[in-house]
Amino acid sequence: MSILVDERTRLVIQGFTGDKGTFHGKEMIAYGTNLVGGVTPGKGGKRHLERPVFNTVKEAVREVGAEATIIFVPAAFCADSIMEAADAGVRLICAITDGIPAQDMMMVKRYLRRYPREKRSTVIGPNCAGIISPGKALVGIMPGHIYQRGTVGLVTRSGTLGYEAASQMKALGVGISTSVGIGGDPINGSSFVDMLQRFEEDPETEAVMMIGEIGGPQEAEAALFAKENMRKPVIGYVAGLTAPKGRRMGHAGAIIRAFGESAAEKVEIMKEAGLTVVPSPADLGATAARVLGGLSKRVAVGR
Amino acid sequence: MDIHEYQAKELLAGFGVAIPRGGVAYSPEQAVYRASEIGGARWAVKAQIHSGARGKAGGIKLCTNEDEVRQAAKTLLGKRLVTHQTGPEGRTVHRLYIEAAVPIEREIYLGFVLDRKSERVMIVASAQGGMEIEEISERSPDAIIRSVVEPAVGLTAFQAREIAFALGFDAAQVTRAVTALLGCYRAFRDLDATMVEINPLVATADGQLLALDCKMTFDDNALFRRPNVSELRDYAEEDPRESQAAEYGINYVALDGEIGCIVNGAGLAMGTMDLIKHAGSSPANFLDVGGGASPEKVCNAFRLVLADAKVKAILVNIFAGINRCDWVAQGVVNAVKELKPAVPLVVRLAGTNVEEGRRILKESGLDLATADTLTEAAEKVVAALKATGGTAALGGQGEVGGGNGKP
Repeated sequence: MSILVDERTRLVIQGFTGDKGTFHGKEMIAYGTNLVGGVTPGKGGKRHLERPVFNTVKEAVREVGAEATIIFVPAAFCADSIMEAADAGVRLICAITDGIPAQDMMMVKRYLRRYPREKRSTVIGPNCAGIISPGKALVGIMPGHIYQRGTVGLVTRSGTLGYEAASQMKALGVGISTSVGIGGDPINGSSFVDMLQRFEEDPETEAVMMIGEIGGPQEAEAALFAKENMRKPVIGYVAGLTAPKGRRMGHAGAIIRAFGESAAEKVEIMKEAGLTVVPSPADLGATAARVLGGLSKRVAVGR
Repeated sequence: MDIHEYQAKELLAGFGVAIPRGGVAYSPEQAVYRASEIGGARWAVKAQIHSGARGKAGGIKLCTNEDEVRQAAKTLLGKRLVTHQTGPEGRTVHRLYIEAAVPIEREIYLGFVLDRKSERVMIVASAQGGMEIEEISERSPDAIIRSVVEPAVGLTAFQAREIAFALGFDAAQVTRAVTALLGCYRAFRDLDATMVEINPLVATADGQLLALDCKMTFDDNALFRRPNVSELRDYAEEDPRESQAAEYGINYVALDGEIGCIVNGAGLAMGTMDLIKHAGSSPANFLDVGGGASPEKVCNAFRLVLADAKVKAILVNIFAGINRCDWVAQGVVNAVKELKPAVPLVVRLAGTNVEEGRRILKESGLDLATADTLTEAAEKVVAALKATGGTAALGGQGEVGGGNGKP
């Protein structure tokens, strides 16, 4: 098992025939992802990358049974594409696009609540690197070869820090069940908590690494979730301990700001919640190896 | 993107928020003319910079005749104001706003902000307005009224009334307060703001409710669809290097350290800064070249970093996914040949096309150190810094906070 995607997941690309859709479409096919077609309004009926193109997501669902979509459409149209996929009943929606207006995402999240929980799509992103279940499926833009198949669940805000973690782990022989980029935007489709929950339920995942950043309440919420609801060990890293205080006008931001939004506070909360905190981004792989080693008592890779 | 007080007032007035009479001035003569246009016998001459707490910094002067207005304008124009929101470098005043001074009975705080927890617009209000609002919210959080807006419906009248009554307004004032609240919300929504603040909203002796100071901040991602907002941008208010970086399509923030950083991805850029501090030095900047970094873009990143005289060593750290190491390497080679940096350079490449990238660096024959891992990169750059006689003392900027995760 793995979470969100595997080799059977029937994927389509929204923004299929554009530059990004084409480039990453080829990469995903080469990785072995079950890409069954794509959507580009106005180009329905054509074929692209030896796969059918549809005008609407609903057609793609009807004709090729699309159950997941990856979105590359420009920021101005991305919210609309997410809602179209949700309305077509696509189970998993991964939005790679960056630069989406915050109020568009506010609308998207409100729109998703039209559907009862069991029918509601899972949105990953926007402004993320996507999802990879190594050896099974790539639904994202990450370089597939740096990920080794294994038992660590990885969830990150930053794409490149996720790459860093994956390659450090691979160098030490540590593999990944699924890696999910939830994106760096203030409002994103799925939170750290959403992913921790899935990793806890996934039989293939033995430990989880969560890589956060300064800003927002999600890391603190996730740390508390892990403490109260998880039996699997969770490793945490927060980027931005040396980041400067953001310049801002006015007081409203400071008034609603909760404890746990600075990197130092996030680290403190993670430690209190019993997470293994990685002190430096150079130690991501070694920490994962150490935690796994402690679990199995047989792996001798450590520090 | 931030705008000036007078611009925010003009925008909000368009949504039905009542403001005192006023006008913008760029010279003492214009200031006097504005005062006579406004009429009355008392005016506030207000420095227009992108910061709050201007009063404390001497940026607001109360005048009772034309001479005082002229004198105040002369003093303020060209003056450098330092507030806790501008940082120690301060901001130079280029514009003034002349406004009718009003008799104040009560001061209210009113703010609208994008709340990341509820992922909705949150209204924060306090019956005790004025400058100490952050202290009040820390000391007695219960004194702050909070209300979250349902995005599909927008701010409802009953919700606005609840807030107005909670602020202690009488029946006549409540109607005016509701108009102000609904107007601010519509401005927030229709202009893609991320923050609207009226501090203070004042009740005057004759029963009016006026927005005495306004601030608005806008979502940079939405400026493409708000041309009337984006034209309010004042480049004089921005750090010139950051404006230059934005033109290059690079995300750059100047810091105080010695090691210039060129990285891809905001997360890895912050991680690299942390790593440098961990290794015993301090970063000179945050720099994210973003995706699709062409050789030209990498070369421009070097221009930005080298423009900082404090930089004593440079660390390039690229983990290419959507990027290509060969392009980055070519950019590094071009930059070194063209800009001839006098400081040591360490390049760490990983990911897409890494072999090609390393080959380009090696075959260039240039004097630069390469590293395969983060640890190696950090050790090499700090060692290079020490070799040049840099202090490599523990630096860092202390506490972090705020931001949207992508400073």
